Amino acid sequence: MRVEVKNLSFVYGQGAKALSVRALDNVSLTIEEGEFFGIIGQTGSGKTTFVQHLNGLIKVGKDSGSIKIGEYDLSDKKCDFKSLRSKLGMVFQYPEQQLFGDTVFDDVAFGIKNFMPEKNAEETEILVKEALEMVGLDYQKVKDKSPFELSGGQKRRVAIAGVIVTKPEVLVLDEPVAGLDPVGKREFFALLHKLHKSFVKTVIIVSHDMDAVAENCTRAVVFSQGKVVCEGTPKEIFSDLETTNSLGLGFPVTAYLTARLKEVGVDIDSDLTVDGFVNEIMNKLCGGNE
Amino acid sequence: MKDVSFGQYYPAKSFVHNMDARVKILAVIAYIVAVFLVQSVTTAQGVAFQFLGFGACLLFVLIATLCARVPFGKVLKSIKGIMFFIVLSAILQIFFNASGNVLVKWSFITITDVGLLNAGFLVARISLIVLGASLLTLTTSPVEIADGIESLMYPLKFIKFPVHEFALIMSIALRFIPTLLDETDRIIKAQKARGADFDSGNILKRVKALMPVLIPLLISSFRRADELADAMDSRCYSGSKVRTKYKKMRLTWRDLVATVAIAGLICGVVALNVTGFLAVVVLL
Repeated sequence: MRVEVKNLSFVYGQGAKALSVRALDNVSLTIEEGEFFGIIGQTGSGKTTFVQHLNGLIKVGKDSGSIKIGEYDLSDKKCDFKSLRSKLGMVFQYPEQQLFGDTVFDDVAFGIKNFMPEKNAEETEILVKEALEMVGLDYQKVKDKSPFELSGGQKRRVAIAGVIVTKPEVLVLDEPVAGLDPVGKREFFALLHKLHKSFVKTVIIVSHDMDAVAENCTRAVVFSQGKVVCEGTPKEIFSDLETTNSLGLGFPVTAYLTARLKEVGVDIDSDLTVDGFVNEIMNKLCGGNE
Repeated sequence: MKDVSFGQYYPAKSFVHNMDARVKILAVIAYIVAVFLVQSVTTAQGVAFQFLGFGACLLFVLIATLCARVPFGKVLKSIKGIMFFIVLSAILQIFFNASGNVLVKWSFITITDVGLLNAGFLVARISLIVLGASLLTLTTSPVEIADGIESLMYPLKFIKFPVHEFALIMSIALRFIPTLLDETDRIIKAQKARGADFDSGNILKRVKALMPVLIPLLISSFRRADELADAMDSRCYSGSKVRTKYKKMRLTWRDLVATVAIAGLICGVVALNVTGFLAVVVLL
């Protein structure tokens, strides 16, 4: 499903002028099917407001733009949001805080119960098992446990299993690696790539972690004060470190090294992933010979 | 979740905002007393005078709203919240008051002039009280209210009432309302994204649909309480013994003006009551 947003605007607290905040200002962007798309920006730049529009949790206001996702027109009042939400999964910040089921199984099956009431017990079990194994948990071991007795990382995996259990085509994640350690982060992105190779066609992540964006995303946008200020591949976005710095963002370590090497006259032209960067340096060092 | 109007602080710089919270609390109590002082009289001749009393209270609220620089719409919104209650009590008064002259009689329904008057009376009384009370919460931040109440309850210390701890409980509760609202909003969204449906089905179904919101909310509240207790412990919080205040409350000329105004209101209402009573006596 293609995501097409045109001239989207949104104001919080429209009633009282003293309290109103312009969260989105004329945002237009298109995300093609198959992309691993990053959304970066400072806290309060409108990223979360933007992604919450994508599955109709925040409705598109009158005269404030349009959103089309596949055949769904979200600016249309008659849009079938329930069916849209089954195809566009959304993982919130700290998803482990939304767990509620008596058992892990119940919690993961919640989405099936809501979106696919026609599934019988057997079919449900197959789907739940598949989802839990997808996120790297042992189905037999965890299914009857209470989600609250699991570790933090396991809880997060359960929560994500609860979103992907209905096999959404588009997966939107809001700060998915916040609070994870480096190993946890790496594992998490490996999981996202695994999902991206199976039924999830498009991944959209909101992140503060510039290294993660450079390493994983095919394309990204930068939000600042409700506007899209920069759009392109990580390489294009981080080609000018001063601009990203002025927007209050950090930069990936590979971009920083590229800039510093340029200062001393070494030109490294890589895609800013760690592997790509190292390969490029090796090439330079060995003069092109392996 | 974002349009809970009753009890919401409206930030602005104004005469009323700058008043001492204690005086504001006492003024609201005095104002409510004034509204209750407006007497109900059953003869039609006295009616004009009674509603004059309410008129005085309304005028007082209007002037106070102007002085507070709060939009009238914001204040009126507070009535919307208890509209059901107001309408219900009016209906009860109209249909089930049997005294006075009968105006309409249709099967078991009897509407009398006294019933209608009492209904109007009740609606005016409730609305005026809510308007005044909402003005307090609109112009005074929760922290200020808690501080004010603590200061007002100070005399209770002499009967060993833990005033400071009570005020602490209150301000923590108030402090976490917005946090919990945000959290509720977030969890509702997360469950909606997983297809939860909160807006359809009968009552039982809707209550059941709320479980996926209430359980995470309860758990996170306990977590928050734990963390807060740890944070207070690690800073050696020791209750009321030697704590001073960051913001000292001080009485100013504004508080004097407000006190005079509210005293004037009460005197006016009493005067109208007496003249109304006299008028009724004279006419009889």
